[in-house]
Order: sequence, then C-alpha cells, then structure tokens
Amino acid sequence: MTKRTFVRKRYWNEPQMGWYEKAYLPEILRGLAITGGVFLRNMAKWMTGKKGALTTYYPEETRWDYARGNRGKHVLVQRPDGSPQCIACNLCATVCPAKVIEIEAAFDPADAAHPKYPAKFEIDYSRCVFCGLCVEACPEDAIRMEKEVPTLPSPDRHVMWLGKEELLGWKPARDAAKPYPGRPATDKDRT
Amino acid sequence: MLADLFISVLFIVYAISVLMGFGTILTWVERKQAAVMADRIGANRAYIRIPGTDVKLVWWGLFHGMADGLKMLVKEDFKPRTYDWYAYAVAPWVVFTPVLLVFAVVPFGGTLTPSQLFAPLAAWFGDKSYPMQIATLDGGLLIIFAFSGMTIIGAMLAGWSSSNKFALLGALRAGSQMISYELVLGLTLLGLILVYGTVNLDEMVRHQSGTVLGFLPAWGIVYQPFAATLFLTAAIAENKRIPFDLPEAESELIAGYYTEYSAMKMGLFMFAEFIEIAIIGALFTTFFLGGYNLPFMNDTGFVFPGGGTAAMPHGAVVVTQMTTFLAKVFLLCSFQILIRWSLPRFRYDQVLTFAWKFLFPLALANLVVTAVVMWALGK
Repeated sequence: MTKRTFVRKRYWNEPQMGWYEKAYLPEILRGLAITGGVFLRNMAKWMTGKKGALTTYYPEETRWDYARGNRGKHVLVQRPDGSPQCIACNLCATVCPAKVIEIEAAFDPADAAHPKYPAKFEIDYSRCVFCGLCVEACPEDAIRMEKEVPTLPSPDRHVMWLGKEELLGWKPARDAAKPYPGRPATDKDRT
Repeated sequence: MLADLFISVLFIVYAISVLMGFGTILTWVERKQAAVMADRIGANRAYIRIPGTDVKLVWWGLFHGMADGLKMLVKEDFKPRTYDWYAYAVAPWVVFTPVLLVFAVVPFGGTLTPSQLFAPLAAWFGDKSYPMQIATLDGGLLIIFAFSGMTIIGAMLAGWSSSNKFALLGALRAGSQMISYELVLGLTLLGLILVYGTVNLDEMVRHQSGTVLGFLPAWGIVYQPFAATLFLTAAIAENKRIPFDLPEAESELIAGYYTEYSAMKMGLFMFAEFIEIAIIGALFTTFFLGGYNLPFMNDTGFVFPGGGTAAMPHGAVVVTQMTTFLAKVFLLCSFQILIRWSLPRFRYDQVLTFAWKFLFPLALANLVVTAVVMWALGK
C-alpha cells in the first residue's frame, strides 16, 4: 500500500499575501485605524450635538422619505359635507387576508342617496399586513392608504385599534394638492 | 494599629468599588462603542420613570446595565442533571474570585500620608504614610501570575461538570489556549523584570517616573515596546475575548464552557470577563504606561526634562495620581473593546500556532536581546 501524502487544494481566488501582509501586525493596525477612525468621527458628531448614526429613532421620529406609493395608514375618504364616503358594503372586510377590518352598518333615512353608512369602522393595526387589498376592493373609492405609517408602538396589542374618527383624518375637499372627486384625465386636460 | 486597619479597609472598599464599577460601566461602554463604530445608536430603551410623572430618564442607555442585572437575578436558575453538582455550583466563583484578587497587588496611587491631607488626622495617624495598594508585597508579579492562572481551573471545572459535550469542548479549548498564552504572558514580563530589577509592582511604577534620553518618560513601553505589544495580545487571549474567543465561540459551541449556566451564575462569568478587561488595563498601565503617574511626575510633583520642577500639595498629587490611573485604565479598556469589535475570530489551530510559533519565539527573542543589552550596559 502506497503512502498517500496530503495535498492541500489550491483555490483560484486564494488571497495573495506578501511578506507585509503576512507580518500580520501592520494589517491589524490598519484595520484598527479604520474602525477607530469611524468611531472618532461619529463620536465627534455626537459630541457637537449632531447625530452620528444612520438609525431613525422610530417612535419619536418617522422617516420622511417613504416612497410615494407606500401603503401606510388607512384613510376613510369624506364627502364634501364631511360624512364618510363608505357605504358599509363590507367588501374590504371580506377581502382582508388578516381579517382586521370590522364594520358595523347603520341606516340613515334622511340621506336618500346613501342610506347605508358605517356606524363603526375599526382597523386592528396589530394584525394589519398593509397589503392594500381593501383599497382595491372598495367600489366607492372610500378607503385609501397614505404613505405615512400609523405610529402605534406599544407593548400592548389591544390598544392598536383605530376607529372611524381617527381614520377620517383626511378631507380631500379641503386638500388643494389632492382635489376630490378625482376626475380621470381626459384629452381635453392635456391640451 | 486601628489606623492601619482603617486605611486597609478604605483601600479594599475603593478597589472593589472601582472593579465593580468598571465591570458595570464596561457592559454599557462595550455596547455604545460598538454601536458608534458601526454607525448605530446603541442600546437606549431602558429608562427609569420618575414616580408619579411621565418623565422617563434614559441617560444614553446607562440603565441597561441595571436592566441586565435585574434580568439575571430573576431568571430561572437552570439546574442540569449533572453528576458533579458541587463543582458545577462552585465553578463561577472559581473564575470570578481570582480576577478580583489580582487587583490586590496593583498600586492605584502613590503614597498616602493622611496627616498631610487633613491636619486634624495627625493626632491619630502620626506621620505614617501608606503606599496606595491593598497588599504591599515584594513578589507582587508572582501573585498576579498565581491568581490569573487559577481562572483556568474554573473554566475547566465549569466545562467538565456541565455534562454537556459543547461545554466540555469549550473547556478543553479554554485550557489549552490559556496555558499557552500564560507562558507568553510570563515571558514578556521577564524582560521588564530584567530592566527594573524587581517584581514589586509599586517599585516598578516608581522606576517609570523618570526620563529616558532626557526627554522621553521612562515608561515600560519605551524600554520594551515589543514586549508591550506581545503582552497586550497574550492578555486578550487570556481573557478569551474575540479574536481569541475560541472557548465560547457561539457559532461553534453555543456558549462554550458556560453553555449550561443560566441566571446569575452565567452573569458571574460575564462579569468576570468584563472585570478582567479592567484588570488587563490596570496591569498594562502598571507595567508599561507608568502606572498612576503622569509623564515626568512623581510623588512630590512634576520634574520636567528641561530641569524645571513644579511642586504640588500632597492632596493634589494623590487626586491626580488616582485619576490618572483610572483614566489610563479606561482608555486601555476602550482600546480592547475596539480590538474586540474590529477583528474576526481565529481558527482553533491558528490560535495555538500563533501562540507557540509566533508569540513564543518573539517573546524569547525579546528576553534574550534585553538580557544581552542589560549585560552590555553592565547593570
């Protein structure tokens, strides 16, 4: 039986180290200088009252750079008179994969055009997955999502419900940037 | 007699509170420094609410240490079904106690003459003066080696008595690694003993208060720059921290020799590690950075290389020396944390190769060169 000697496999991307790198200490010092430099730079920022980190203090600060299409907190759209445009059809609650929307319908004989309206409209943000299916399902364009996320951090999951009053935050008729009712653009507009 | 006892108790209380303080504060420093090095903020969510108000004191996350301590105290004290319960229970203390004891021979200040500090004390103390260290021993250096070697026993005990293969592997690694680096640690300091001609730590520090070549402070790092580097490397390896954290490599061994420990027993291992950072800093300061003295400073004041002197009152000297010592130790702790968050872990065979084929010959060469130079200078 022949004696087999161990031959270490050579890899194509093996690091090529000269004597300087093999001396170990200079390279260690170079690495320490890099990390120490970062430390001193950030420390100087903290000391002079600037923020030396990239992190956002989440509940106290929210990011300003959410994408325009970000799906955040829900908004119940209002009619010009301030009543919710929702007709309590329950389509959003039905399509919701996390089953977080709870609607209680009520009847208003005074409003002949929209007699059915939501007496309660509640969303549990501890379970909401922000998929946006409710927005797509709504036949009346009564629910939309703004780009800011709801800031409800809490150790208790039972306080993360938002009701109709909180969700009715945005009245499009008063918002010059987002005129309502949104009119689909026609050829006449483009000219 | 009573006065001596009083001074001794005072020194012991000071030393223990300094070590405990360093152990506590370093858990915070480590987190924050790592965070700042990595462009992060670091732990800042633990707070104390002022009772009756909504004011939450955060104080840069300083309360996280308290939160950790509380967590460790109230956690379940897990008891593994081990055949050697006594060894299991005693192991954390075998690791923890020698770490504290090492500090007994480290001088944390010059000489204290109570009668010069406060005149009314003269009646009680006379003009006695006390070197500011707990035990003034001629063989201080030997004591340090004796005690720091004892922590190996604790690590081995913990690993062996846990009835866990990961723990046993960690203990084996800890044993071989610490024995190897203990040797290097001793050899690097032999050069210093040749230079200073003493193993009494207080005398070593006094040797460093002069100047070399007329302008450099006569610190050990000037005499023995090579030994200083080797000493720091070997000391970090002794402490089993990254890049030498093989005994507790969590990606390989869960937590190494203290895998089976929980609650405060585990906390003791962690605390011993943090205190040992401070101890390493204190030893390095004493051996290589002029101990408690500022450059060109001795027990009476400053003696500048140009020939100028600046005498200081005794109280100012004592306060300066103690503060200087603490500041130096803190800077060294910070440097060790910088190393810990910069370098990746060695492979196990690399650790032992590094000790025996790199550090050991270098330490020997350093010793030989030092001996030859000292012989040539006729000392």
